[in-house]
Amino acid sequence: MSAVTSRTAAARRAPARPGPAARVGRWLADHLLLGLGLLVLLYMCVPVFVVVLMSFNDPASRNSYSFDGFTLANWTDICGPYQLCDSLVTSLQIGLLATLVATLLGTLMAFAMVRHRFRGRGTANVVIFLPMATPEVVMGSSLLALFVNAGFSGVLGFWTIFVAHVMFCLSFVVVTVKARLTGLDPRLEQAAMDLYANEWQTFWRVSFPLVFPGILGAALLSFSLSFDDFIITNLNAGQTVTFPMFVWGAAQRGIPPQINVIGTIMFLLALLAVGFGELASRRRQGR
Amino acid sequence: MSAAGHLPGSEPATDVPAAVPAAQGRRRGLAGYLLLLPGGAWLALFFVVPTLTLVATSLYDPAGSLQLGYQMTWHWQNYLESISDYSPQLVRSLLYALSATVACMLLGYPLAYAIAFKAGRFKNLMLVAVIAPFFTSFLVRTLSWQYILGDNEAVVSVLRTLHVLGPDGHLLATPFAVVTGITYNFLPFMVLPLYASLEKIDGRLVEAAADLYSSPFTAFRTVTLPLSMPGLVAGTLLTFIPAAGDYINAELLGNPTTRMVGNEIQDLFAAGDYPTASSLSVTLMAAIVVLVFVYVRRAGTEELV
Repeated sequence: MSAVTSRTAAARRAPARPGPAARVGRWLADHLLLGLGLLVLLYMCVPVFVVVLMSFNDPASRNSYSFDGFTLANWTDICGPYQLCDSLVTSLQIGLLATLVATLLGTLMAFAMVRHRFRGRGTANVVIFLPMATPEVVMGSSLLALFVNAGFSGVLGFWTIFVAHVMFCLSFVVVTVKARLTGLDPRLEQAAMDLYANEWQTFWRVSFPLVFPGILGAALLSFSLSFDDFIITNLNAGQTVTFPMFVWGAAQRGIPPQINVIGTIMFLLALLAVGFGELASRRRQGR
Repeated sequence: MSAAGHLPGSEPATDVPAAVPAAQGRRRGLAGYLLLLPGGAWLALFFVVPTLTLVATSLYDPAGSLQLGYQMTWHWQNYLESISDYSPQLVRSLLYALSATVACMLLGYPLAYAIAFKAGRFKNLMLVAVIAPFFTSFLVRTLSWQYILGDNEAVVSVLRTLHVLGPDGHLLATPFAVVTGITYNFLPFMVLPLYASLEKIDGRLVEAAADLYSSPFTAFRTVTLPLSMPGLVAGTLLTFIPAAGDYINAELLGNPTTRMVGNEIQDLFAAGDYPTASSLSVTLMAAIVVLVFVYVRRAGTEELV
């Protein structure tokens, strides 16, 4: 930077002009850290670039996982590999259903936790927190132990996966909606009631619209948790195959490039959703 | 008198006077229990009861089988056996999880700091870039590390040229690859809580430290770092706990000597040895609880959830 700016900056920080060591330190802190941060960000994003690249791969052999040639064939023949699209449909069904139920139950719980008094609040808090602090393999094996002990080992499948997914999504929904609800002034609801709105009207006209972004965020989080889960699902799936389980199986046999197409599509859809969200919030602020 | 209590149709009256701070405006009555009931029942039935079942199953007589049924014999021997048979995997899991957590800390802190203080108007963009990889399937992303660390790809050849790796050195199928994968997969869980607590720090405190002749480093060490501790502790737990139970990275990026305890639990369940698998699972959970407890005591933060 020019001498002028550094002098004015120093003057602002009067009385003492910082020594050269401090200035070097400051410059380093300013630029080195940003650069370092961007490098870490690159590390986080490289695998996504690889997934996009590999979706156009034309593999030389079944076991080859290097870029052998460019093709569009994977994109035109997504359902080519046996069971891929079936597993995708299963994952979507479970994801949507589990999201719906978990978001509903979790939102109710969040309202209870923030807006109501009841005995056992501490216990409730612990029970909500614990699933997030338990390794998946422990939760998955617990559920399997329950299902087997209850004599359900023969019916492991779609519904046991659904039950498991609602269970581990619930906590995340409660925490997300709770965060939004805590930031909300309860006097807004009291004001509505002062103006002769009943509980029902107050909820739908005041609380719900204000909490909605939190609920939407929780639902998106639930869906991605459910869609992505492998460890718990694999233990409780029986013969049912979800998309992550398909990928797992494929990884042992030779990976069809189509899974990278699915990965890319999911990524693009999510980016679109984020873009729309940003646009919507900007428009709301502009109004 | 409460603000809403006298109104018709608002049966669970607030007992909080208007002067009391907003956060206290909680209503008594049945409604709270009713709202809590469905979700609470789900968690009780499918989280609390299974955990108890797991502990019970871990004490079953291992002579039983899925077909013949199991008998509860308080067979504590299961624990001794699973610990003596699988202690290498247990230790390895905790070691890998610890290494990955430290790596996440070292990588995540500069990134969170840069986003919070240096990114300017690109803050949101960088945050999206942190979360965005989440949107692509976990397994597909982990598989892409097979490509990145592959023997014929750029990373390995650069390291070979620099003689960091020997001429026939590998990255894939080594402990390094497994820890890299775990670090990658759980890094956002470190960055996001760190960012949240860094963002809350009042910049004037750091300026005040500078005004009092502290060097930027001293200011960081005595002001910024202590204030970011809640985020660091939360991030550590969110990284370490799932990492210790993970076996996807060990399976996809490792080799048979990098197997973690999750691999063994999964395989034991698949093989139908429920008592041993359950006791191993309970042991893992106990080890994690002890470590987390010690860590939280030492880190001395109460603001956890």
